[in-house]
Amino acid sequence: MAKAAAKTNAASPSVERRPALAGRAVSAAGVKVEILPPAERISLRAPQASLAALSKALGVTLPAKPKTSATKGGRTALWLGPDEWLIIDEAGKDPLADCAKVSALHSAVGISHRNVAISVTGPAAAVTVNAGCPQDLSLDAFPVGAASRTILGKSEIVLMRTAADAFRVECWRSLSDYVFTLLSEAASDAAN
Amino acid sequence: MLLIRCPYCEEERPELEFRNAGEAHIARSANIAAESDDDFEKFFFIRANPKGVIYERWRHIHGCARFFNAVRDTVTDKFVMTYKAGEPKPEKLPGASK
Repeated sequence: MAKAAAKTNAASPSVERRPALAGRAVSAAGVKVEILPPAERISLRAPQASLAALSKALGVTLPAKPKTSATKGGRTALWLGPDEWLIIDEAGKDPLADCAKVSALHSAVGISHRNVAISVTGPAAAVTVNAGCPQDLSLDAFPVGAASRTILGKSEIVLMRTAADAFRVECWRSLSDYVFTLLSEAASDAAN
Repeated sequence: MLLIRCPYCEEERPELEFRNAGEAHIARSANIAAESDDDFEKFFFIRANPKGVIYERWRHIHGCARFFNAVRDTVTDKFVMTYKAGEPKPEKLPGASK
């Protein structure tokens, strides 16, 4: 038994992790939809009293205002609810390890591999996302840096505006094929 | 599409993000085992189902995921107001003439 386990461990470094839909991209006139590289993510829940300690440990101030986000050093904190945040780290550092050092009450759950990120960029990006998302995505109502959990077609997503003509769509891995296909179809429609 | 104001997100959001969660302000007895069958039936099954203004629980499930209370008119389907969970039933509704 122990021998078998040792064998599996030895073999694991050669096993290549293949993220869902890795490298897929669709271009249409005015908009490009592509799968973003893997990132570290955590789902963070914490009461008001723990926010200062967690912000310090994570190196990014957790936003307190609805529909906002904060970015610092490749790490983004998205406000999802009054006591809930999504932390995305694209710099390769593990936010879970940073939270583990905090003694203040909180719940941090690693969801790096649960989510797949899709970028929608180009002048028709908002029209493309609006094909399935009922929120007002004008720059007044959804400015750069705005982030919200919402719905895209039949699937729940977390939407963030990274630039005036760029969105980051975070969806569950198992729904990524549906979300990517819907956005691809919407991209070709948006071009017309 | 209806726009529903979420008291936690502090703005109006499309109805697709929300889910109804039944009538509001139904208090569960502190000692439910001691309830008589009749009282339990009233608490568990009997709802007002009015024609007109109703107090309901709603959940912003595809948003902040929070439960809140809403006052809605069942005839016009118009949302009169929304307020946070745990807050008392509003005495006076906005726009009410009486």
